[in-house]
Amino acid sequence: MTAETHTEGTDELLDVDADLGDEYLTFSLAHEEYGVDILRVREIRGWEAVTRVPNSPDYVKGVLNLRGAIVPVIDLRVRFNLPVEEYTSLTVVIVLAVEDKDDGREKTISVVVDEISDVVKAKLSDIQTTPKFGSALDTEYISGIADAGGKMLMLLDIDTMLRVSEMNQH
Amino acid sequence: MSIDMEQFHQVFFEESFEGLDIMETGLLNLDSGEADNEEINSIFRAAHSIKGGSGTFGFQNISDFTHIMETLLDEVRDGIRELTHEGINILLKSVDCLRMMMTATSEGGDVDEAEVKTNFEALQNILDSESAADTPSAKQDAATSESDQAPVGWKIKFAPHKNFMQFGNDPVRILRELGGLGDLKGQVDTSKVPDFDDFNPEDMHLSWDLMLTGNVSKSAIDDVFAWVEDESDISITPLSVVKEESAISSAEKKTASKKPVATAAAPAAAKTTEKKEKSTAASSSIRVGIDKIDDLINMVGELVITQSMLSLLGEDFNMTRLEKLQEGLIQLDRHTRELQESVMQIRMVPISFTFSRFPRMVRDLSEKLEKNIELVMYGENTELDKTVIEKIGDPLVHLVRNSIDHGIEMPEDRVAAGKPEKGTIQLNAFHRGGNIVIEITDDGKGIDKDIIFQKGIEKGLVDPGSKLSDQQIYDLLFNPGFSTAAEITDVSGRGVGMDVVKKNIMSLGGAIETHSVKGQGTIFSIRLPLTLAILDGQSVSVGDDNYIIPLVSIVESVRPKKEMLNMVAGKGETYKLRDEYLPIIRVRDLFKIPDAKADQLEEGLLVVVEADGKRFGVFVDDLLGQQQVVIKSLESNYKRIRGVSGATILGDGSVALILDIPSLIRMSD
Repeated sequence: MTAETHTEGTDELLDVDADLGDEYLTFSLAHEEYGVDILRVREIRGWEAVTRVPNSPDYVKGVLNLRGAIVPVIDLRVRFNLPVEEYTSLTVVIVLAVEDKDDGREKTISVVVDEISDVVKAKLSDIQTTPKFGSALDTEYISGIADAGGKMLMLLDIDTMLRVSEMNQH
Repeated sequence: MSIDMEQFHQVFFEESFEGLDIMETGLLNLDSGEADNEEINSIFRAAHSIKGGSGTFGFQNISDFTHIMETLLDEVRDGIRELTHEGINILLKSVDCLRMMMTATSEGGDVDEAEVKTNFEALQNILDSESAADTPSAKQDAATSESDQAPVGWKIKFAPHKNFMQFGNDPVRILRELGGLGDLKGQVDTSKVPDFDDFNPEDMHLSWDLMLTGNVSKSAIDDVFAWVEDESDISITPLSVVKEESAISSAEKKTASKKPVATAAAPAAAKTTEKKEKSTAASSSIRVGIDKIDDLINMVGELVITQSMLSLLGEDFNMTRLEKLQEGLIQLDRHTRELQESVMQIRMVPISFTFSRFPRMVRDLSEKLEKNIELVMYGENTELDKTVIEKIGDPLVHLVRNSIDHGIEMPEDRVAAGKPEKGTIQLNAFHRGGNIVIEITDDGKGIDKDIIFQKGIEKGLVDPGSKLSDQQIYDLLFNPGFSTAAEITDVSGRGVGMDVVKKNIMSLGGAIETHSVKGQGTIFSIRLPLTLAILDGQSVSVGDDNYIIPLVSIVESVRPKKEMLNMVAGKGETYKLRDEYLPIIRVRDLFKIPDAKADQLEEGLLVVVEADGKRFGVFVDDLLGQQQVVIKSLESNYKRIRGVSGATILGDGSVALILDIPSLIRMSD
C-alpha cells in the first residue's frame, strides 16, 4: 500500500519538479561513457567463455547460462562499430531486462562492456536530447545525453538498441 | 469479515468446466443407450454443483440457466421423464451454452444473450411439454411420494444431528427458506434439550415437525436440504395424496411451479449485459493426484538423507572411505534420477483430456453429413506431457474430421461395397519404445494412390517418370500445395490443412505416417515424444563447441573411410555405407565453425541420423558421451536458430545447443 502511493508520488513529482532524476549505471566502451537505467540491471558478472550460436549476427557472442536460463551475450563494441579489443580481466557482462517490442514480453539479455564506472544520478534537467549526427551515426538507441561530472554520458535506450527483431534480420 | 471471493473464481471455473465435460460425456453415453442411473446421477450432480457454485459467487445468469437444466435432469432421474434424442440434443446445446457463458464470465467477454435465450426456451419447452405425464404414469401412482407431482402439501420431519451447527449450518436459514416456498407451520421438539448445566450452545438439540402447504414440488424442498442432508435426518412425506387424473393436473402444476424460474431468469438475462469485470490473467494450472505428490515427498526425503550422509562423509574424509563415497554418489545419482522422473510425472496427464471431445464431434458431424459412424476409443489413460496434450488436440480434430468427411462413405455406398452400414472410427493411444503412438483408423474408402500421384504430377510436386514408395505418395498429402486445392477433396478426400497437421506434429518432435488400403480404410499414425522437456542426447564436438544430437534420431556412428566418399556433381558429398549412399552434412560448414579440427573425412566421425524417413551422415569431430538433457528454450530470451531445436545446460554449467536434425537436413538441401 505504501509502496504504491510512493511511486505515484514520484511520478507526479517528476512532472512538476524536474530535479529528481533517475539513477544510471555507467560503463565505458572505447573511452566513451555510456549509461543504462539502473532499474533494468539484473546483475553484473565477469566475462567467461560463452557458447557460440551459429548463424547469428557478429555482435552476438553466444549464450550463457544464467541460473538455468539461456541468455544471449551481445558485445556492445561490435554493436556500435567500435574497434574490437581482447577481453581483459576488467571486461564485464551486464545482465539486463529488456522488453521485446514485438510481443511485449520481458527478456533477459546481457551485454559485454569494457568496464563498469559508476552509478550516477542524472537530473532530468541535465539530460539533453540527442543531437543529430547525420546519417553516419545511428543515434536511434541513445535516448539522451547527460553531463556527469564534466564527462559526457550517453544514455542508452536498451529496448530499442537490443531489439530482438533486429537480431533476427541478420 | 469479508473474504475475497475472487481468489476462488479460478477454482470454480476450472471445476465447472470439468463438470461440463462430465455432463457432456454423460449425455453422450445416454444417447448411445449405455445409460444407467449412475450416469444420470453424475450428470445431475455436475449440474448441481455448477448451480451451487455459481450462485455462491453471484453469477446469477449461470445459476438460473443451470437450474432449469437441473430441474429437467431431476425429472429424468426420478423416472418421470424419458430423455428423447431431441432432448439430449437440447441438453448438449445447453452445455455448450453454459460453457460459453462461463468463458464469457471468466474472461470478461460478452454473453451471447440470444443463444442463452434460445436454449433456455428450448429447455422450458421440454419441461412444459406433456410428455412428462404420459410416459411413466404407471410408475407414478405407485410411488407418488417420490415423484415431482405436487400434492397439497408436505409433512417434513427435520432432525439435525448434534454437530449440525459445527458445520456452519443454521436451521433458521433452512426454516426461512422453506417458509418462502409455501405456507409453513410447525412444531419444535425441545425434548432433547439438556439441563442448563450440561448445555453446550454449540450443539444442536432441537428437531422440527413441519407442515408445508402450497404448490411445492419435492425437488424444491430437496434443494433446501441439499447442503445439510448429511448432517440431519430428514423425512419428507406428502401431506395427503390426492389421486387425480395425473395427466392433466401434473402438467398444469408443472407449468405453475416452473413459472418463478422463468421470471427469475428474465432479470438475470438483463444483468449479464453489464460488462463483467475483467478477470485476472488466466494462469494455466494442473491438477495433480495426491499419490504423485506423496511420491515426490518420499523421494525428496531420500535425497535429503543421502545428502546428509555425503556431507557427513566429507567432514573428515580420507582415502579409506573412498568406497563409501562412491556408494553414496551412486545413491545420489539414483535418487536424483527418480526425483526427476517423478517431477516429470506431474506434467503427465491422460490423453482422455483430448479424446473426450471426439464423441461429441463425431456425433454432431455424422448427423450433419447423414452418415452412420461409431467412434471407438482405446488407451484413453495413456499419459502425455501437458504441453503435448494441448498442442496435439487440433491436429487430431483435423484428422478425425477428415476421416468422417472423406474417409467414411455414405451408408448406401457402404452397403453397396459390402461393408456394414455403420462406419467405425478408431482412436487408439499407446506406448511404443520411448514414444506415444496415436492412431486414427477408419474403415472408409481409403486413399487412392494413383489419383494422389496424378495430382502430384499436376501440381509439379513429382516428376511423371519417378517411382515413389507408398509412404512418399501419402506424404504428398501433407504438401501445402495439396491442401489449398479444393478439388482434391472431391476425388480422394484428405487435403485441407494437412500441411498444418504435419507441421504441428513436427513441432512437437513427432512424426506422422499414413497407411491405407483402397476400399478398406486408412490409418494415420502419429508418433510423439513422451515429454518435451527431456531428451536422451549424444554429445558431439565440433571445434570448441559441444552439440547434442537427440538419441532417437541416431541410427549408428561410423569412422569413415576415404574410399567410400563420393562427390555428386562436384559439390554434394555422399558416403557409401554398406549398400546405401548417405548425403553428408558437415556441421562446421552449416554453422560456420572456424576452429573445427576434422577437415578430411577420416579425421572425424560420421553420425548416421534418420529424419523424415531419410538417412544422412552428420560429420562431426568427435563423439563425447550420452546423457539425458533438459531442454531449454533459446527463444525465450533470444530467437529461433535454424538447425537448433534448443539448448541445454551441461554438468559443468556451460551451455550446449541441441541439433534439430530435420531442420539441418533442410538446411543442407
